[in-house]
Amino acid sequence: MEFLLEPFAYDFFMRGLLAAVMVGALCGAVGVYVVLRGMSYVGHGLSHAAIGGAIIGITFNLDFYAGALTMGLLAALAINQITKNSHIKLDAAIGIVTTAIFALGVAIVSKLRNFKQNFESALFGNILGISDQDLMMIAGVTVITMITMFFCYRTLLFSTFDHEAARIFGVKTNTVEFLFSLLLTLSVIVSLNVVGVTMVAATLIAPAITARMLTDSFSRMIVLAILIGSVTGIVGMYLSYIFNVASGTTIVLFSTLIFSVSLMAHSLRRQ
Amino acid sequence: MQAIMPSDAQSHAAIELTGVTAGYGKHIVFSDLSLEIASGQFIGIVGPTACGKTTLLKIILGVHPAITGTVRLHNHCTGSVKPGGLGYVPQLGSVDWTFPVTVEEVIMMGLYTNGRYWPWLSKTERISIHAMADRLGVYDCLHQHIVNISGGQRQRTFLARALINRPKLLILDEPTSGVDIKTQHEVLHLLGDINREGITILLTTHDLNAVASHLPWVICFNRGMIAQGRPNDIFTNQILTQTYGGDIVIVKHEGHLLIANSTPLNFMDDTK
Repeated sequence: MEFLLEPFAYDFFMRGLLAAVMVGALCGAVGVYVVLRGMSYVGHGLSHAAIGGAIIGITFNLDFYAGALTMGLLAALAINQITKNSHIKLDAAIGIVTTAIFALGVAIVSKLRNFKQNFESALFGNILGISDQDLMMIAGVTVITMITMFFCYRTLLFSTFDHEAARIFGVKTNTVEFLFSLLLTLSVIVSLNVVGVTMVAATLIAPAITARMLTDSFSRMIVLAILIGSVTGIVGMYLSYIFNVASGTTIVLFSTLIFSVSLMAHSLRRQ
Repeated sequence: MQAIMPSDAQSHAAIELTGVTAGYGKHIVFSDLSLEIASGQFIGIVGPTACGKTTLLKIILGVHPAITGTVRLHNHCTGSVKPGGLGYVPQLGSVDWTFPVTVEEVIMMGLYTNGRYWPWLSKTERISIHAMADRLGVYDCLHQHIVNISGGQRQRTFLARALINRPKLLILDEPTSGVDIKTQHEVLHLLGDINREGITILLTTHDLNAVASHLPWVICFNRGMIAQGRPNDIFTNQILTQTYGGDIVIVKHEGHLLIANSTPLNFMDDTK
């Protein structure tokens, strides 16, 4: 028992745990829209664009978040414009835009060769890497996203379910798209230090698809995805401490386990 | 039973197109189309695949811009129609049936324009949804997922979403496609009842027989208006051949029109 309670004595663990719960809830809520809009690959792409942006930002003596947010938002808007104004599909647009920004960041690092910043935590997540500034950023984005999603619930639901009909019924779909792109980009960026670039996509998708297995109602799916995301964050962070591995990996592996169990239960129920 | 009365019944043109040219890039679908549909009418647009019916609907609905000309709905430019003044039912084939929504959640989407921001329904909204669901016969399946209801119930669910705000104009894209003949009959009868309550209805369809037996007014369309009038008057061999580009047989039986393609089926000969 003492062994189980031991991590709670450390400040860094409590900070990491709080961050993981908030990131889990945030990604759970945003992930529902990502999955239902058929944008599952976008989290993966945006995280790469954001890390490319962070590298560029740090190179020019800017903050990690300033570079990541600028390039992440630029990527989201570029993807939106390309898919809207051409015959190019979403997956192709994500592939070219986000990889190009990531490549730009790598090219700058290769050229300067004096880059001292350690990006390991941003790649795989690290509970030791959660600073007070990170915690404040995560809390701010979580609160803003939850409030926006609460008050825009009806417009987000309508435009996600039937974009064209929503526009005909008077929903300002372009504004909704921009707002969603902004929230998604912010969510991905603040999740980077907890789950890492390589794991963000799964953190967005896993709680949402697990919740989808459990309900046919949209409102219940959002609540369940938030709960699953939070629980996954807590357990994943705990496992990360116990097994001394990157937090992103344990969060993703645990959420995949929950998804697998719910998928099996769903299959058995249908037989 | 709740009557679906339009919020503001005035006797002017519900839809007015003047010199409209439409297309995609350099490809012109139809040009210089002028059309006026009076308030209170119940009209079907028929025509072959790729004749421009959907483009015409999109222009009327304001989701595709006209290259030239003006489109007015109830005296407002399309796109500036008061939210709630226009009801729309999409083709069932375009709906994502795996999306996690119940019948009640779909109908609730129609209440977007109420200006209420809380995610949950107010007591008034719930009463309104229940009354509409009861009126359209989907009350018992309000809490079911949309994939678990019949084709007729699906059509009625989307009709309820379109009507919940008491629109003056209702536009339906192919409401008779993808449903069996009994459901077609039920849906068209229901639309007739709704029209009698004062709502202007415009729909597109491929089904000439359903139109002939249920709709009072028809527009034959093929990259432009070929003819318009009562089915008995305009469903002639000449007009339908001009619309569909093939030989059409029209049989009158006990006051009903039956329309079929007259081209003989070659595979019948193969059995000789």
